[in-house]
Amino acid sequence: MTHAGKNSRGVVERSLASFVDALEHAFYAEESAKKNGLLQKLDPRIKIAAVFPLIVIAALARRLGVIVALFATAVVLALLSRVPLATLAKRVWLGVLIFTGFISFPALFLTPGVAIYTLPLLGWSVTEQGLRAAMYLIMRAETAATFSVLLVLCTPWSFVLKALRVLRLPIVLVVILGMTYRYIFLFLRNAHDMFMSRKSRMVGHLDGGEQRRAATAGAGALMSKTIQLSGDVYLAMRSRGFQGEVYVLDEFQTHWFDWAMLAVFISIALLAFWFGR
Amino acid sequence: MHIPDGYLSASTCALLYGTAIPFWYTAFARVKRLLNTRLIPLLAVASTFCFVIMMFNLPLPGGTTGHAVGVGAVTVVLGPWASMVSVSIALLIQAVFFGDGGITTFGANCFNMAIVGSLVAHFTYRAVAARTAIASPRRVVAAGLAGYAAINVAALLTACELGIQPLLFKDASGAPLYAPYALHLAIPAMMLGHLTFAGLADLFVAGGVVAYLQRTNPALLGQKSAGGATKDASPAEASGWRMTRPLWIRLALLMLLTPLGILAAGTAWGEWGAKDFSDPLMRQQIAAASGQVAPPSEPPRGLARLSSLWSAPFPQYAPPFVRHPAFGYVMSAMFGCGLILGFFLLVGWMIGERSAVGDRTST
Repeated sequence: MTHAGKNSRGVVERSLASFVDALEHAFYAEESAKKNGLLQKLDPRIKIAAVFPLIVIAALARRLGVIVALFATAVVLALLSRVPLATLAKRVWLGVLIFTGFISFPALFLTPGVAIYTLPLLGWSVTEQGLRAAMYLIMRAETAATFSVLLVLCTPWSFVLKALRVLRLPIVLVVILGMTYRYIFLFLRNAHDMFMSRKSRMVGHLDGGEQRRAATAGAGALMSKTIQLSGDVYLAMRSRGFQGEVYVLDEFQTHWFDWAMLAVFISIALLAFWFGR
Repeated sequence: MHIPDGYLSASTCALLYGTAIPFWYTAFARVKRLLNTRLIPLLAVASTFCFVIMMFNLPLPGGTTGHAVGVGAVTVVLGPWASMVSVSIALLIQAVFFGDGGITTFGANCFNMAIVGSLVAHFTYRAVAARTAIASPRRVVAAGLAGYAAINVAALLTACELGIQPLLFKDASGAPLYAPYALHLAIPAMMLGHLTFAGLADLFVAGGVVAYLQRTNPALLGQKSAGGATKDASPAEASGWRMTRPLWIRLALLMLLTPLGILAAGTAWGEWGAKDFSDPLMRQQIAAASGQVAPPSEPPRGLARLSSLWSAPFPQYAPPFVRHPAFGYVMSAMFGCGLILGFFLLVGWMIGERSAVGDRTST
């Protein structure tokens, strides 16, 4: 992943922006998950069991119409869950459109098939098959991304991780995922502080090599902290009586509404599967 | 590098999930055996590190900046198995919460970056660093190369996975259903960026982390796997037999299954010998396998000339002294595996000898 072009922002500023973006993204999702919408009301396990098949069906469908219908379902779901469409457009649709659009653009001309339009000056022909291929890629990526973002925006993250047990993930892995999620905030804060302290002591401009050394030294320091922290956490766990067994509080409870909604989602998935064959 | 949802067909995704699962299982089991109760905190914090390291920006030559995947640095410090699990968890959190990489393509992304990336980084680092001292500059080079090789092999795999999509999955009008570029476009497009710029991010991060740890915390580089837990490993584990036993069993099973090839009908396309062109029955099979295009009446001259250069001891996997073809296949499999193992044992012995001589001369 590279960012082309010489930018006035240095590596320290860019990294700081990445950390702040990640934190901001996480806080926004936590806020959104508290709203009183359709998806927020559902049991997290049911949500995963309901939305995951829709993402898979979006990948399976061989008809453009079915993928568009699934995208429309995602939009309706967003409206019912009080997720503003402007937020989805800004956070998901635009990003996916730019990335996947950029990737699929040459396919318009490179895919062999029936020419439907020729660019006036260049003489390149857009083929029907190329256009369809680009539409498949963009719509599939948009649909799957919308469903996964909805899942995250309508469920507190810790619940998503715990609900992954519905996919038969071992309990130890679920605990590790939960802890990873918690420590991400600490590490983002640590990394942010490291870069901020560096920035506060910087006068003038660092050349490329110096910036690289600063970034890799930051990564090395974080690695040392990682190993030290894992030892500290282990000792803290031992001091509280941890002997290797892990237990997860299972506070989720399903109601008739959850099962009714699961039936609706599964029906949509089956219909999409049938018509998208 | 992170393949989003919609770029790979469901069957490709399922296949790569299926391929990744045994690696995840083995990696998890190995790390668990070594770490015991330390497993949870170490993997949680290591996964966090992987996640955060992927957000570091790095200036690259040419005025660009890039993000590293960090698999090289993590593998060098934690070992390949802990790296596999940690990078996979970081990728899961990236996919689920940040939309970087798809959910259906999570298995593919893990296979490319976490699994193959960790193994490539591990073997590259071991091969280049050999048994040099912890503070040796060669280790910095080795780590850099490990990161660079890992990311480029992962990119190549990604390109291959994307490149086979239009060959296999098209709609009724012939439009590709998933990633639209065939291998001849996908591989150069992906590799050009990674071999030149994107791969350098991992080269710098892995090399830089090792250089930094050499100065500040060399003990971390001395531990072979998973944060120093190897100290508790039993002699049997250290010898590697217990750890590799399931792999030996699987290898033996695969050897026994080799005669399955006999069941296949027809001829393997392109694997014809010079004599096959004059055999009427074989000519029919060649034509059938080539879309009813009749083969030339004589073998191509180059093929005829070069085919006599080397005659294999076990032609067609059938040693001349074995009458039963199935037994011949098993014999050939044993012989082939034995040769490969012998070669690696010899290389390992030579590297060990050379290092021992180096140690003796330095003292």
